[in-house]
Amino acid sequence: MEYFVHIGILICVYGMVALSLNLVVGETGMISVAQAAFSGIGAYVTALLLLALGINFFLAVILSMLAAGAIAFLVGAIFTRLQEVYYVFGTVGFNVILYTVLLNWNSVTRGPLGIPGIPRPELFGFIFSDNHMFLGLALASLAAIYGLCTFIKNSSFGRVLHAIREDEEATSVFGYATHHYKLAVFTIAAMFTAYASGLYATYISYIDPSTFALPESIFILAMIILGGLSSTRGAVLGAFLLVILPEALRFVGFPSDIAAQMRQMTYGLVLVLLMLYRPQGILGKFRI
Amino acid sequence: MQKEILFSLQNAAVHYGGVKALQDVTVRVEEGEIVALMGPNGAGKSTVLKTIFGLVQPVRGNVLWHGQKIHPKPYEMAGRGISYVPQGRQVFKNLTVYENLELGGYALAARNDLKGNIESALRLFPALQGKLREKAASLSGGQQQMLTIARGLVSDPKVLLLDEPSLGLAPKIVKEVFEKIREIHEQRKIAVVIIEHSIKSVLAIAQRVYVLAEGKIAFDGTPDTLKSDTLERIFLGQNAR
Repeated sequence: MEYFVHIGILICVYGMVALSLNLVVGETGMISVAQAAFSGIGAYVTALLLLALGINFFLAVILSMLAAGAIAFLVGAIFTRLQEVYYVFGTVGFNVILYTVLLNWNSVTRGPLGIPGIPRPELFGFIFSDNHMFLGLALASLAAIYGLCTFIKNSSFGRVLHAIREDEEATSVFGYATHHYKLAVFTIAAMFTAYASGLYATYISYIDPSTFALPESIFILAMIILGGLSSTRGAVLGAFLLVILPEALRFVGFPSDIAAQMRQMTYGLVLVLLMLYRPQGILGKFRI
Repeated sequence: MQKEILFSLQNAAVHYGGVKALQDVTVRVEEGEIVALMGPNGAGKSTVLKTIFGLVQPVRGNVLWHGQKIHPKPYEMAGRGISYVPQGRQVFKNLTVYENLELGGYALAARNDLKGNIESALRLFPALQGKLREKAASLSGGQQQMLTIARGLVSDPKVLLLDEPSLGLAPKIVKEVFEKIREIHEQRKIAVVIIEHSIKSVLAIAQRVYVLAEGKIAFDGTPDTLKSDTLERIFLGQNAR
């Protein structure tokens, strides 16, 4: 049972990050490969505030969201003026820089040793030390982020994002300063991601830079493409499937000496087949 | 009495890399007139509109708005009362017809006017009335063109810039589009700048004509002073009638 609770918490965390990234990629059409970087900012700022200052988790995570939002605003001011492939490489570069900083800023992040002993969240004296209770918190958080993303998608702001995705130049001729909208959604997505990763840090109680490297950003991007771009349900479904799939492959019965490699290959094959036969993803309507 | 000059492009030069798209081009538009921009493919007609709207930056020359020099930016021009309808029926295909119309109203100073302006635009294009909840992609080519023009009117502009509104449309629909442009002009008294290959259609509604050739103004005058041999010479022997 503990195993399923653990998987459930991971699905919730990845679901929130995927929902955030979907605002940028699915709704606005900007292919960002930097979500793990904002995840890293959220997790490290939360962990450091909890351990160094001993403040309440919810205050720490709000501060981590503000930190991630501020950094996203600064880098986004540059990136959102880039087009297509230049934007993609800009975000890749940012993720690499952030990972390098986490790895080498030993005095703050402890470098490759990571940060252990991150305490669980506490609310009005109640500590979410039990994993079942933590799952409840993760589910409530997922529901809140899901609701916020749905609200944004259906708002007039969301409609402008959709128009930018379809034709940015045509959108600007009506008077929309499109780069302001792109910057706003990039910042919002970074803040939502920071919340999810702050929660993750307290659940897993240990973080190190490898969790926030470039492959993690690609993994999150794969979730929203698999689930379907511009679909809030699709983002959660993609997170569910990509968390479940490697776990399910444990039970396929591969010989133990090659099981890990076979799982990786099977997982890769499923993604390739999906892109060949349903490139818009399971619930999506748009292709990259 | 001479009408006020709304805006003008003065001595503009635009280069795309090594290609000189415009050379020393001057175009002026007065209040409430219909101005046609004509010329063969590659003459620089669309570049004129894009330069006025700030989508292209000139290497020389100025844009004047009510006599004042401005540095146009697309997202500011809508606020000045200029509505640009680019060529190629650029509707937002995955948004509904109504959502497309709503997007056209961003520049309105009073947001309360949005609904009324959409209704007013729809009265000109009743064919769109029954399709407001449908995706724009489901409209026919002619209906999509009507939608782009209607969307351009939602902000209640003083000037409408139309880049080849008849492109790719059947002759019957082209006639309908031009009737609508005339109707818009008569009802709203707004200035219209129109790029058009359908010479007969555009000369029938225009009050002044600029003909461009190889990035330069080859003719500037009224339709009745534009001789057919001038057009034939400019269009390099293409049938102008």
